[in-house]
Amino acid sequence: MKNEEYQKLVKKYTPKESRLFNGIVAFIIGGIIGVLGQFLIEFYSKYLEISTKDAGTFMIITLIFIGCLLTCFGFFDKWVNFAKAGLFIPITGFAHSMMSAALDYKKEGLVTGIGASMLKLAGSVIIFGVVSAYVFGIIRLLLFGGNI
Amino acid sequence: MIYLNAFIFAGTICLIGQIILDNTKLTAGHITSLFVCVGAFLDTFSIYDKFVLWAGGGALVPITSFGHLLIHGALQKANEFGLIGLLSGMFDLTATGIISAIIISFFLSLIFNPKD
Repeated sequence: MKNEEYQKLVKKYTPKESRLFNGIVAFIIGGIIGVLGQFLIEFYSKYLEISTKDAGTFMIITLIFIGCLLTCFGFFDKWVNFAKAGLFIPITGFAHSMMSAALDYKKEGLVTGIGASMLKLAGSVIIFGVVSAYVFGIIRLLLFGGNI
Repeated sequence: MIYLNAFIFAGTICLIGQIILDNTKLTAGHITSLFVCVGAFLDTFSIYDKFVLWAGGGALVPITSFGHLLIHGALQKANEFGLIGLLSGMFDLTATGIISAIIISFFLSLIFNPKD
């Protein structure tokens, strides 16, 4: 088969994705997770009687736990394929990337597999976050004196 | 009312990410890294604090809040100890998220096997 024919076949069988539909799905799913976060904050601050800031920390831990557990059961990969940005932009995506990397490399052993590869995907988030926070932190210290 | 704000804010962030994903060659990893940088950038001018007040949990859930918390912890320590505080305080507020993600995914990966 020639290359051009092959390209035509690929084009024919690639499922067509509507960008509008993807955008709407991402908006709704992301919004629902945002509402869930706000609900958890109010729930924790009301029933555990802690400040809103501590409740925010609890909320993040809860969402990470839910994301990890659903990845283990295998639901999360299908949902990410459907909702895309709606699920990997929230903190659940961070948990999902670590959990799936840990599961995928489990067969290579504890140290060389899980230990070495867990931060393979999430590492870029941490590295770029730290570097950008350092650069912008210096800028803010010089410009505004660091008052928060 | 804050629930509606949370829905709109978190939804809009995800919508922007989806538009970037659909129209460029950037992958999910690129976009999350980019959004962390954007969150840190917005906090340089105290913009993200206003979003947190306006949208509550809706502004804390997207990955942009990670950059916001990194720079916030760094600046809190920098106020007390100067430039070295920028280094020591960087993970003050985000540590719970990172550490809990590491611990949870380590122990769950011992229990579960990958499903394919």
